[in-house]
Amino acid sequence: MVRIFETFGEYITLMYRAFSKPEKAVMYWNETFRQAASIGVGSLPIIALVSTFIGAVSAVQFAYQFSSLNLVPMWWIGSVVRKAMILELAPTISALLLAGKVGSNIASELGTMRISEQIDAYEIMGVNTPAYLVGPKIAAAIFVVPMLVIIAVFLGIIGGWGAGVGGHFYTTAEYFKGVTDGFKSYDVVVMMVKSLLFGFIISSVSCYYGFTVEGGAVEIGESSTRAVVYSSIIVVIVNFVVAFLLL
Amino acid sequence: MIEIKNIKKSFGGTPVLKGVSATFESGKCNLIIGKSGSGKTVTLKCMVGLIEPDEGYILFDGRNTTEMDFTARKEVRKEIGMLFQGTALFDSLSVEANIKFPLDMFTKMTAEEKRDRVNFCLERVNLPNTNKKYPGELSGGMKKRVGIARAIVMNPKYLFCDEPNSGLDPKTSIVIDELIKEITQEYNITTVVNTHDMNSVMGIGDKVVFLHQGLKYWEGTHKEILKITDGELFDFIFASDFLKDLRLRAHFDDK
Ligand SMILES: Nc1ncnc2c1ncn2[C@@H]1O[C@H](COP(=O)(O)OP(=O)(O)OP(=O)(O)O)[C@@H](O)[C@H]1O
Ligand SMILES: [Mg+2]
Repeated sequence: MVRIFETFGEYITLMYRAFSKPEKAVMYWNETFRQAASIGVGSLPIIALVSTFIGAVSAVQFAYQFSSLNLVPMWWIGSVVRKAMILELAPTISALLLAGKVGSNIASELGTMRISEQIDAYEIMGVNTPAYLVGPKIAAAIFVVPMLVIIAVFLGIIGGWGAGVGGHFYTTAEYFKGVTDGFKSYDVVVMMVKSLLFGFIISSVSCYYGFTVEGGAVEIGESSTRAVVYSSIIVVIVNFVVAFLLL
Repeated sequence: MIEIKNIKKSFGGTPVLKGVSATFESGKCNLIIGKSGSGKTVTLKCMVGLIEPDEGYILFDGRNTTEMDFTARKEVRKEIGMLFQGTALFDSLSVEANIKFPLDMFTKMTAEEKRDRVNFCLERVNLPNTNKKYPGELSGGMKKRVGIARAIVMNPKYLFCDEPNSGLDPKTSIVIDELIKEITQEYNITTVVNTHDMNSVMGIGDKVVFLHQGLKYWEGTHKEILKITDGELFDFIFASDFLKDLRLRAHFDDK
């Protein structure tokens, strides 16, 4: 129990230092863009693949349930897929995928830098290491994760279209009638709030575990596992809290 | 000049440094020697501020860094260059970017000035035309040289080297030692070198501090060290019976 508070205290201290004033803004910008490119480009294929299939599967399942009920028209599926993707599936599934991919990446990169004394080398030069090594990663994630989620929503909707039209549940026109019907921009607000929070959680938790590694290769492995596990757990809890508060 | 006063440091109740005081002079290679695990790296890291000593203080030309906050310490750190035991090159950056990093971060130099400075440092350590290589593509000795180039790029007043020639062949070791010595004299740097290599001691030991059991056991020059005839330091210098034998016979022949 004491350990949890200690960890939390260390995490808060790291975050506080990560957002202290940068000594040379242009270096931080460059680093942020570099990180953003690496997180974004690196994660796009897997997010694209998974969200397309999730959209397709949702459409098929809703069609299966709707057809047995026979109460609602099939074009509603477009609307249901859209709502499910925006409110829940795109942000949460993207976040869990990113926790696995980006989280372990960040933790092992920082962990390796810690063990091989690269962080000490920055420190000796006079660099504010949390600000330079952690800050840009978090900023990049907060910037990139919402964009990935938006892409996931679009691809999910397209996946649903492909599956439904392929399975002759509805026509293209019917589906997109559903997709545009009853659209609420508030849903998008909820999605953005979730995405920003998830981006922050994944990057900051992983940075914490990477930055504080002590030991050697084994500990780097352990810390990157911890980064993935804890950021995933926090993501699902925060997801629930946000849904509870905002819906 | 760097002075350390009564430095104490324990890890989890085990004392490693039990009150070490020493003076390191400018324009000289000051060596810290001692057995593996005697606390050389801990001493060096206390001096540069990577480890906080439990007690004691460190003066960089009279400036007490132990009492400084991050901002004040940063100003001193800009005058420090350090070569790490494992070189600690940034492996995601090219050789050139490694050396250029402090210039990018802390100076207002133009791209050309930076490029010239990087090339100058690379030539200084005898590694011209390696700019575009990555640390993973270099041999151990080349990495050490890049480490030195990075350490001197900001014209440091203080240079710290942790075992600059561990893992190198005797010839390359000498080249690295000579390089450190030349740079020290050329720019009047206060250089502190950790080593357990007797060749280095004899080659560059303007001043030698011997750590033993957490204390400064002996202090002197590399000339004086050969006059030692018994005790812990004697065992350290003449580690093998062969050398001891040789040393005693030479001593005997002198008389
Ligand atoms: N971070 C740490 N935590 C706990 N103990 C440590 C730590 N750093 C060093 N020690 C201990 O301090 C002692 C001195 O270590 P140090 O690395 O200074 O030795 P050294 O003289 O540099 O040895 P070598 O020549 O092998 O590099 C060792 O017993 C080591 O176990
Ligand atoms: Mg050491």
